[in-house]
Amino acid sequence: MYHQFKQLANLDITTTPMDVGPTTHYVMGGIRVNADTQESTVPGLFAAGECAAGINGANRLGGNSLSDLIVFGKRAGEHAAIFAKENGHGTLDNAAIEQTAKAALEPFDRDGGENPYTIQHDLQEMMQANVGIVRQHDEMVEALNGLDALKSRAARTFVPGNIDFNPGWHTALDLHNLLIVSEAIARAAIERKESRGGHFRDDFPGKDPEFAKFNYSLKKSADGGMEISKIPIPEMPDYLKEVIDEMG
Amino acid sequence: MAKATFSIRRGGRETAEMVNYQTEISEGMVVLDAVHQIQAESAPDLACRWNCKAGKCGSCSAEINGMPKLMCMTRLDTIPLDQPVTIEPIRAFPPVKDLIADVSWNYEVKKRIKKFKPREPDAEDGTWRMLQEDVDRVQEFRKCIECFLCQDVCHVLRDHDKHEEFIGPRFLVYAAALEMHPLDTEDRTGDLKDMHGIGYCNITKCCTKVCPEHITITDNAIIPLKERVVDEYYDPLKKLVNLFRKRKQER
Repeated sequence: MYHQFKQLANLDITTTPMDVGPTTHYVMGGIRVNADTQESTVPGLFAAGECAAGINGANRLGGNSLSDLIVFGKRAGEHAAIFAKENGHGTLDNAAIEQTAKAALEPFDRDGGENPYTIQHDLQEMMQANVGIVRQHDEMVEALNGLDALKSRAARTFVPGNIDFNPGWHTALDLHNLLIVSEAIARAAIERKESRGGHFRDDFPGKDPEFAKFNYSLKKSADGGMEISKIPIPEMPDYLKEVIDEMG
Repeated sequence: MAKATFSIRRGGRETAEMVNYQTEISEGMVVLDAVHQIQAESAPDLACRWNCKAGKCGSCSAEINGMPKLMCMTRLDTIPLDQPVTIEPIRAFPPVKDLIADVSWNYEVKKRIKKFKPREPDAEDGTWRMLQEDVDRVQEFRKCIECFLCQDVCHVLRDHDKHEEFIGPRFLVYAAALEMHPLDTEDRTGDLKDMHGIGYCNITKCCTKVCPEHITITDNAIIPLKERVVDEYYDPLKKLVNLFRKRKQER
């Protein structure tokens, strides 16, 4: 870090103050997985690391991400292998594959569509402003409206070139996922009427023990939207309690 | 603030051209920031490899105004902006698209270098003891981020295309780290002489000059390895003794 500040800003941080600011550095939530196997609610689909919800609770501490992905990546791999052995190949829906492939290539043919980078930039700005470090109810509701508008823009992207190493195309494809994650974050944050870890609410600045009893889970609803539910946190097994007691 | 012009290589494996792009320059920007801005504003399909933006992943190697550099660590206020800034992929390797070169040759070369072979643990607790001095010697080599800028600038690879016969400065550093490791028992001297082509290096020190991690490649890695090769294969005294022995045997 010393070296970087020196090279990029002519700043000797051992003698001169440096600017420090909070920023987005991790997503604590993620794909809901079985804690032992890392299997998601979609059979045969496993997730590990930052994309999976898991061990970090309300805030990830520096260094824990690496141990997370090493431990749970190993488990995910092992259980995926077991699953594959036991179940063999699934059946593929060719029509669904074709439809997905067609949709993925659409941005190349859409004359007059919007630059995906512009939409990604606007999404970043909007989420930073409304679901950022300090949150409050009205702004997050505002964000949900903003996401609706961005969704329709994301369906009308245009990218030049071809599929060979094309970052604009990747951005166009990413938008779909970025919008889903943004919406899940906003919806869960609206419901969590307390402050805990990385989630800080101006309108509910304190920690509420009631909220420690469950997690929020979001999934696709029948009408294609998003539905939220509370999932009770299982009671801690005795052997873990002992470890925590031992550590004081 | 002012705008600057960047002349960037556009094209694929076979053909390419330099295309000019203008973008707004602000304080503290590096070349990679400008490339990202150009991607977002006017060339969404401009391909470049990058990751950490902190000079530690070694992905964004390129030739900026002809000099091999990391784009993320090259500040715009260190280059003249009154004329177009040229950005090209590293030339010692085949281009793939725009600023991306295919560096996979390097990973193949690495596999050919004999692996670390530690001696049996010899301390009472079943581990080893090393002198700090011996550890310090190889520490420098471990700073390498495999950006391959040293490979790019090396004329043996870049101009003479000796990829088949010479492993390049990066892997001489890698070999040095293994050879000088206090626990290693492997001997790579024969390989260095024959298969790795260390003799091709004529110590022009270009690799040392471009290393973003400031590894003293030539002086601390390559020259000591050359000395080992010379010691073993080209020592005149040894040669004389061997010649003498050989004659004795023939008698």
